[in-house]
Amino acid sequence: MATPEYETHEHDVIVIGAGGAGLRAAIEAAAQGVSVGLICKSLLGKAHTVMAEGGIAAAMGNVWPEDNWQVHFRDTMRGGKMVNNWRMAQLHAQEAPDRVLELERWGALFDRTKEGLILQRDFGGHRYARLAHVGDRTGLEMIRTLQYHAIHQGIDVYMECKVERLLKDGDRIAGAIGYWRNTGRFVLFKAKAVVLATGGIGKAWKITSNSWEYTGDGQSAALWAGADLIDMEFVQFHPTGMVWPPSVRGILVTEGVRGDGGTLKNNKGERFMFSYIPEFFKGETADNEKEADAWYADKKNRRTPDLLPRDEVARAINSEVKAGRGSPHGGVFLDICTRRPADYIRKRLPSMYHQFKELAGVDITREPMEVGPTCHYVMGGVRVDADSTQATVPGLFAAGEVAAGLHGSNRLGGNSLSDLVVFGRRAGLHAGLYAKNFAGALRVDQAEVEAAARAMLEPFDRTGGENPYVLQAELQETMHTLVGIIRTEAEMRQALDKIETLKERAKKVRVDGGRVYNPGWHTALDLGSLLTVAECTTLAALERQESRGGHTRDDHPYTDDTWGKVNVVLRLRNGAVQVSREPLPEMPAELRALFQERK
Amino acid sequence: MPTFTLKVFRGGPAGGDFRDYRVDADEGMVVLDLVHRIQATEAPDLACRWNCKAGKCGSCSAEIDGKPRLMCMTRMDLFEPGEPISIAPIRTFPIIRDLVTDVSYNYVKAKQVPPLRLKPPDADGKYRMMQEDIDRAQEFHKCIECFLCQDVCHVIRDHEEHKPAFSGPRFFIKIAGLDMHPLDTVDRSEFARAQAGIGLCNITKCCSEVCPEHIHITDNGIIPMKERMADNFDPIVWLLRKFRGGRHEPA
Repeated sequence: MATPEYETHEHDVIVIGAGGAGLRAAIEAAAQGVSVGLICKSLLGKAHTVMAEGGIAAAMGNVWPEDNWQVHFRDTMRGGKMVNNWRMAQLHAQEAPDRVLELERWGALFDRTKEGLILQRDFGGHRYARLAHVGDRTGLEMIRTLQYHAIHQGIDVYMECKVERLLKDGDRIAGAIGYWRNTGRFVLFKAKAVVLATGGIGKAWKITSNSWEYTGDGQSAALWAGADLIDMEFVQFHPTGMVWPPSVRGILVTEGVRGDGGTLKNNKGERFMFSYIPEFFKGETADNEKEADAWYADKKNRRTPDLLPRDEVARAINSEVKAGRGSPHGGVFLDICTRRPADYIRKRLPSMYHQFKELAGVDITREPMEVGPTCHYVMGGVRVDADSTQATVPGLFAAGEVAAGLHGSNRLGGNSLSDLVVFGRRAGLHAGLYAKNFAGALRVDQAEVEAAARAMLEPFDRTGGENPYVLQAELQETMHTLVGIIRTEAEMRQALDKIETLKERAKKVRVDGGRVYNPGWHTALDLGSLLTVAECTTLAALERQESRGGHTRDDHPYTDDTWGKVNVVLRLRNGAVQVSREPLPEMPAELRALFQERK
Repeated sequence: MPTFTLKVFRGGPAGGDFRDYRVDADEGMVVLDLVHRIQATEAPDLACRWNCKAGKCGSCSAEIDGKPRLMCMTRMDLFEPGEPISIAPIRTFPIIRDLVTDVSYNYVKAKQVPPLRLKPPDADGKYRMMQEDIDRAQEFHKCIECFLCQDVCHVIRDHEEHKPAFSGPRFFIKIAGLDMHPLDTVDRSEFARAQAGIGLCNITKCCSEVCPEHIHITDNGIIPMKERMADNFDPIVWLLRKFRGGRHEPA
């Protein structure tokens, strides 16, 4: 085969991904005076952040002056069942308020309190009403604000450009290779530092709130480049996705519905969450309807179990459906119509109102919604240094969903948007500083670039292979049935076997047509990362023989303290994924004390 | 399960034609589901943009039976199974391939809009804005940048020569949203006139009709802006308007 042509761009820092984390990282890197390239798979402003609904968590104390970073830190750690990276959780809780105010300075118009300050709403696992929001379209406000701020910062934006692999010079990062989706031409980025902000892996599952973009590109690229991944077994199934009609199954229904007073019911009309309060949360959770309903207005009451952390609620819904108490289409009921006035619902939840009305023909001000769990978020990902976000490969940084540690085994709602801006800023800052201190020449291996380009073209040369969409669908089915909310060793071994055969078949997929905007080709290339993250999740989930957060084992149903002290670490050695257990960073005494002080 | 005939545009800058695909639709399906079905079976190389599949990202704009719409929010039960449905790319922008067009015009226009410049915060370092003073700007912030309003705007659609000095409805409400920010200090009227070309808009309201977010682009955005222009721009009136934003500051 002839040597494929490619164009070359050089930057001090490239940021891969332009959702909240990538945009914030690019802005901060540019502020360091270095040259920045921002690369995104879709058009600018379409990244997954746009779909975030409920809000951004920050202990600003605008609604409850009692709130502060220590309480937020504690909620985050407890929500993650204490396996979070404590330092990330601390930085996140401390810096989130400044990042929200910064968004306001850059033009975000959050809903207001009566005093004219930023209004904050209740959400699962948060002790106080803490989520700054714009109705139920907070992510849209955030991405537009960052997008329109970023375009005036001298950042070069590469839209509809997919990075396929990272490139190294010896041990350190040297750039990345990818292709333009519009033309199919190859592009080489030479860069001193690379920030991964590529989001999650949800497209490996069948029922998911995630878009086509969430194919684990960053996790895979990091692994292939020699970086460590941790916590990949922890996958969040959001308790409330749409379940009907079939074509919208999995689309997110914001937790804000429950934050604003909605409650979950089974087909007997029972508020079943009262039967699912775990020991760990008994002290802070209301055990009767009266107290639960009073909690919204007065935080001296204990929190409604409808707003237990997501892992708890998702498992409860799963159990109700299995016990035959589900809704007609295999979910449960989420009722806000009997609890709040129609005007309030339309004002607070406009996009839920619109979504149900147009896609399901359901008026949520008159009827309950039908909801069930949907694959939503991966807590695991690239192992990073808490302060700098640097991965275990020099020059590689990661922020947002692609990075691991902040959320432990389960993320609280609202902590993702704050994660994006807190650690996006840190990633951009430290990547910028790293690039400024970079010594020596920036070298990439031309042969490696050409080999990567040739490999990308192989699907066009094959005859008789399979349609890549068939493999994608089989993988999604496999992960859904064998590595879903409830897991067992036998099923996960079956999944690994299936993933192995899919890997072999993926080497033979065929693509028709040309290189110009060819989704079949893009899907064929994405299979590599999708299969890699599916394998990583399964291997890590097999390793962790306990149940915790977003990892529930039917064959190991209890949470085990010895497992509470380790991360499951994955790294590529000699072409195979190696699994090990390594101790968690130890929390200093003054922070540990926060968990003793309160009930 | 009803079967539909979709006539999907296949081609690129050099030309193309509508090709027929027979596709089954399950209950509740939308046009985008059927396009995905075509990709997964007959034509994996059928080019189309999409992301959220819930009307939030504005990626899957197309002209369905000639009408600009989001494919993800257009339910199949709008159509009779016997009638063929045509799906074409949004026509105003140059085609790349099949249903994908080059919308870079919009990103060029976005960058030209003078950004926000806030007045200083209150003495305690905080910014205060009352909800009723941001309601209107929040309406404009709902824009998902699907560019359907740009597609249907005849100033852009039918007059290539206007493109250099006309930004289109999406950016008129962008400007309006910034102008109506209670704490903004920038005067964008000369920009709106000379560079965004608001004078070329003759208020046919086509943009408002196709907006999937039901933003009152013309009534709440463009017309008030035009009125301001027609007032011969009185700086005193402008200043008064600006200060109204601060009138609710707590004592």
